[in-house]
Amino acid sequence: SNVLDGLKYAPSHEWVKHEGSVATIGITDHAQDHLGEVVFVELPEPGVSVTKGKGFGAVESVKATSDVNSPISGEVIEVNTGLTGKPGLINSSPYEDGWMIKIKPTSPDELESLLGAKEYTKFCEEEDAAH
Amino acid sequence: ISVEALKPSDTFPRRHNSATPDEQTKMAESVGFDTLDSLVDATVPKSIRLKEMKFNKFDGGLTEGQMIEHMKDLASKNKVFKSFIGMGYYNTHVPPVILRNIMENPAWYTQYTPYQAEISQGRLESLLNFQTMITDLTGLPMSNASLLDEGTAAAEAMSMCNNIQKGKKKTFIIASNCHPQTIDICQTRADGFELKVVVKDLKDIDYKSGDVCGVLVQYPGTEGEVLDYGEFIKKAHANEVKVVMASDLLALTVLKPPGEFGADIVVGSAQRFGVPMGYGGPHAAFLATSQEYKRMMPGRIIGVSVDSSGKQALRMAMQTREQHIRRDKATSNICTAQALLANMAAMYAVYHGPEGLKAIAQRVHGLAGVFALGLKKLGLEVQDLGFFDTVKVKTSNAKAIADAAIKSEINLRVVDGNTITAAFDETTTLEDVDKLFKVFAGGKPVSFTAASLAPEFQNAIPSGLVRESPYLTHPIFNTYQTEHELLRYIHRLQSKDLSLCHSMIPLGSCTMKLNATTEMMPVTWPSFTDLHPFAPTEQAQGYQEMFNNLGDLLCTITGFDSFSLQPNAGAAGEYAGLMVIRAYHLSRGDHHRNVCIIPASAHGTNPASAAMVGMKIVTIGTDAKGNINIEELKKAAEKHKDNLSAFMVTYPSTHGVYEEGIDDICKIIHDNGGQVYMDGANMNAQVGLTSPGWIGADVCHLNLHKTFCIPHGGGGPGMGPIGVKKHLAPFLPSHPVVPTGGIPAPENPQPLGSISAAPWGSALILPISYTYIAMMGSQGLTDASKIAILNANYMAKRLESYYPVLFRGVNGTVAHEFIIDLRGFKNTAGIEPEDVAKRLMDYGFHGPTMSWPVAGTLMIEPTESESKAELDRFCDALISIRKEIAEVEKGNADVHNNVLKGAPHPPSLLMADAWTKPYSREYAAFPAAWLRGAKFWPTTGRVDNVYGDRNLVCTLLPASQAVEEQAAATA
Repeated sequence: SNVLDGLKYAPSHEWVKHEGSVATIGITDHAQDHLGEVVFVELPEPGVSVTKGKGFGAVESVKATSDVNSPISGEVIEVNTGLTGKPGLINSSPYEDGWMIKIKPTSPDELESLLGAKEYTKFCEEEDAAH
Repeated sequence: ISVEALKPSDTFPRRHNSATPDEQTKMAESVGFDTLDSLVDATVPKSIRLKEMKFNKFDGGLTEGQMIEHMKDLASKNKVFKSFIGMGYYNTHVPPVILRNIMENPAWYTQYTPYQAEISQGRLESLLNFQTMITDLTGLPMSNASLLDEGTAAAEAMSMCNNIQKGKKKTFIIASNCHPQTIDICQTRADGFELKVVVKDLKDIDYKSGDVCGVLVQYPGTEGEVLDYGEFIKKAHANEVKVVMASDLLALTVLKPPGEFGADIVVGSAQRFGVPMGYGGPHAAFLATSQEYKRMMPGRIIGVSVDSSGKQALRMAMQTREQHIRRDKATSNICTAQALLANMAAMYAVYHGPEGLKAIAQRVHGLAGVFALGLKKLGLEVQDLGFFDTVKVKTSNAKAIADAAIKSEINLRVVDGNTITAAFDETTTLEDVDKLFKVFAGGKPVSFTAASLAPEFQNAIPSGLVRESPYLTHPIFNTYQTEHELLRYIHRLQSKDLSLCHSMIPLGSCTMKLNATTEMMPVTWPSFTDLHPFAPTEQAQGYQEMFNNLGDLLCTITGFDSFSLQPNAGAAGEYAGLMVIRAYHLSRGDHHRNVCIIPASAHGTNPASAAMVGMKIVTIGTDAKGNINIEELKKAAEKHKDNLSAFMVTYPSTHGVYEEGIDDICKIIHDNGGQVYMDGANMNAQVGLTSPGWIGADVCHLNLHKTFCIPHGGGGPGMGPIGVKKHLAPFLPSHPVVPTGGIPAPENPQPLGSISAAPWGSALILPISYTYIAMMGSQGLTDASKIAILNANYMAKRLESYYPVLFRGVNGTVAHEFIIDLRGFKNTAGIEPEDVAKRLMDYGFHGPTMSWPVAGTLMIEPTESESKAELDRFCDALISIRKEIAEVEKGNADVHNNVLKGAPHPPSLLMADAWTKPYSREYAAFPAAWLRGAKFWPTTGRVDNVYGDRNLVCTLLPASQAVEEQAAATA
C-alpha cells in the first residue's frame, strides 16, 4: 500500500501533515485497505480538543468499525464534511480528498515521536507478517 | 414376549440423537478410536469428567406420549381467567392462519438469524414490514427489527440518551406513570452506566440541575390516562433533554403519534398485535427514533440494498455496530432479537390492514368507554382524564372488589387500596363488561347492560390527540386481508428462506439442533398461552410446577444450587450474571472490585456486557494452540488481585477445544478474590460429561435456544437463564410486581433488581427445554453430548485433507465444533470465506459461522441430531467446493470471474436470456447429484452490503419507487 514521504504516521495507522499552524489528519492507505469499503465516518465538532493517542472519531466499513486516534494533540478547526455524503473518499483518496480533520496543534513537538514514511512502511510489513 | 418389549415404544432419544450404536462405532473408528467412549475419554480432560449425572425426576426419560400426558396435567393446573390487568400485556386473537402457518411452522421457527441474506429474503421482507409498521405508527422514521421486551427497550433508550449526550449528563428522569417493571429495569440498568434514575410525578419534573440526559414518559400512562405531551416535550428540548416515550401500538392507531409531538425515541411492545401473553413472553419490543440517532440505535436493523444484478434485495444493515465487533466499545450487548414474534406482529398488521386495526382499537376503546359510563351510573368515581383502553376507578375497598372479580374468574389490577384499573383488549366482549358491572355493583342490582349503554358513549380521547395522519399505506398492508391471500403471502415468503426443514445449518457456536414437534406442541396450548404474567400465582400452578422442576433439572445439569429463569437471551444472562457478581462483592463491602478479565477469543457480548455493568476490562491473549495463556492470566489476576471482580470464560473454548487446565484457571481467579463467569454458549459439549459447577465456575448462563432446543425463530426468541453457586443465590433478580428469586429459593434473598419485564422471562417457551430434558433423561442427554463430539470429529476427519483444521486438543481431537482455515486461499485463489459460504447456497446449505473467532475461517458445529448421511452430504459439498477453488489455483478458472465469486446463482440469473459467465449454467446450479432430486433456490444474487450501508433505507419503499431510482437520487 501507498505511504507518502513528508507525512508523519502513528502506529494506529493515522497520518498527519503539518503545514504552518495547521495539521491535517486522516487514515492511511494501509488502514483503508484493511478496513475495506468505508460506509460511514463519524467526525467531531469543530472547536473540540483532541489528544494524542485518543480517539476523535470512527470509520465504519461493512467488516469493522474502528476508532480513529489523533496522532497529536490540538484543537479541531475544520472537519471534512464531504465524507458525510461520500465516505468512499477515504478509500479512493486517503491522503487527499479523504482527509478527516484539521487541527491547531497545541504541542507540535509531539510530531517528533511519530513514525516517518520509511519507518511506517516497515511497521506495516512487520504487522502484516505477524497476522 | 418379554415384558421389556411391551413397554411404550415411542421413546425419544433415538429420534433426537442421530447415530445408531453401530454407526457410532464405525464413525469413532474412522477417527482412530475403537469406540465412542474412547474418543470422548481422549477428548474431555479427565480432571473435569463427571462420574455420572442423575436426575431427581425424569432420570429415565419420558416417552413422547408420556410427555404430552404430563404437559396436559400441568396445563390443567393453569387457570385461565379473563385478564383486565393490562400493564403492557393484553389478550389478543392470534389469527389462526398466523398461528398455524408461522408460530407452529418449522419453516418459520427453525430459521437462523438472517446473516446470509440471499437465502433469507422472506423473513427479511417480513421484518422490514415490522419496521415499517413501527415507523408508521410511532411517527418516527427509523425502527429496529425488535428488542427483547418493553422494559429492556426503555433501558436501551436510556442508554441511547446517555450516549447522545456523550455521557456528560448523568441523570435520567422517569415519570411515575410508566409501568413499574419498566421503571425497575431502568433503575437496575442505570447502575453500570453511573446514571442516576429519578422517578417523579409528571407535574414535578424539572431540569434545573442541568444534569439531565433524558426523560421517559408513558403514553397512554400505566393507569390509562392519555395526556398531551406537546408542551412537556418543548420544555424538555428547551433544556436539551431527550424525550423517550413508552407507547402502545394499538392506541397509536387512534392517537396522535409521538413523532408528531417531537419525541426523540419511542419504545413499546408489539405483543397485542397477535402474539399471546404466554405468562410473560416471548414478545417483540420495538424502538424507533429519528434519522439523527439511527446509528446509535441498538439491535438488529433490516435495510434495503441491491444484489449483484442491481435488483432490490434486503439484508441486515450496519452490522459492524454489533457488539461482536465493537467489543468493550459497544454501547449495548443486544444480540438476539424476537424475530419470530416480530414476524407474527407484522403479519397481524398485514392481515388486518390500517382500517382493520383501527376498527379493533375503536372497539376496545368503546368497550372501555361503556364500562366507564356504567361505573359512573353505579356511583363509582372514574378518573376523568382522557383514556384509550384502561379505566381507573376510585373505590373505598379495592381489595374486596378484586376478590369478588376473582370469584367470577376475572383479574383486575389493584393499584393501591383505593384504586383499581381495568384494561380492555381485542378479546373483551359485551358480556365481559356486564360481568364487570356485576362485580363492581357489589350485589346491588344493575339496571343496564353494556349493550344498552353503548349509544351513550362517544369518545374519551381528547380532541387534540385524535390521530389524523395516515399509516400503513403501503400495498403490503392493504392486499392480504382474506385468509387465502395471507396464507399464500406467508408461504411465498417462507419459500425464500432456508431452514432446518431443508438441510443442516452447521453454525459454530449456535447449536442448530432438532426442535422436536413434541417439544413445540404445548407452546400453543391455550392454558399456557393465555396467562397474564402478573396473574396471581395460584392460577399458574402448572407453570410454577414446571419452573420448579426445570430449576431442579438445570441445577443437576450445571452443578449449581439455584437458577433464575428471568433473562431473555444469552447476552441478557451475561449481564444478569455479572450483576449478581457485582451485588455479591458489594454485599461484602468490596466496592472496589470492578476488574473483569476476558480472553481475546471470547464472544464479543462478554466485554459488551461487562462494560454495561461498569467493569473495567482486562484482555488476555491465547497461545498458538488457541488456548488461554495461563501464565498471562495468572499475571493479570495477581496484578489486579485487590480489584478483581470476575473472569469470563467459554468452555469448551470458542476455538472448539476442551482446554486442559480449566480447573486451574478457576482456582487462580478464586485465589485472587474473583468470581468465575462461564459463558454457556458451548454447553452442548458439557451436559452429562462435566459441568460448570464441577469445573469451578460460580455463575453461568444457558442459551436454552442452543443447547436446550428452543428454536432460533429466524433471529429470536432466545432464553438465557443463569445458574449460580449457593453464595450468589440470594442476589438473583426479582420483580417489582410478582416477587421472584432463585429456584430453588435461597435463604435471605437480596435481589439485585430486575433484568426483564416479566418475572420468569419468556415463560411460554420454557416447555420446549423442559420437555427436551424430560424426554431425553440423563442418559439420552449424555449421549447427545458424546454424539455431538463424535459428529464434529467425524467431519473434521473427512475435511482435514482438504482444509486445515485450526485447533485441536492434546490428543488431536476437536470438541463439538471445529474451525477450518481458508486464509491461504486469499493468496492462492483470491477466495474468501464469504465466497465459500455463498457457494454453499448453490449446494443447498447454509454456510457455517464466518470469520469468527478467527478472521478468514469457517466454524462448523454439526450437533448430535444430524445423521451421518447429512454430515456426509455437507462434507461432500465442501470437498467439491475445494476442487472448485483448485481450478482457480491452477489457472483453469478466472480469479475474479468464477463459480465461487458468482455465487449464489438464483433462477433469475440462470434463466436470463443472456449468460456471460465463463462456466456453464448447469454447473452453476447443479454441482452435486442430490440437487437434481430437490434443490433449494437462493432468490437473489449476492447482496451488496456496501451499497445498503451507504444508502440506508430501513422501511418499505413506496411501490412505485424502484431502488435504482433511489440510487440515482443519492449518487
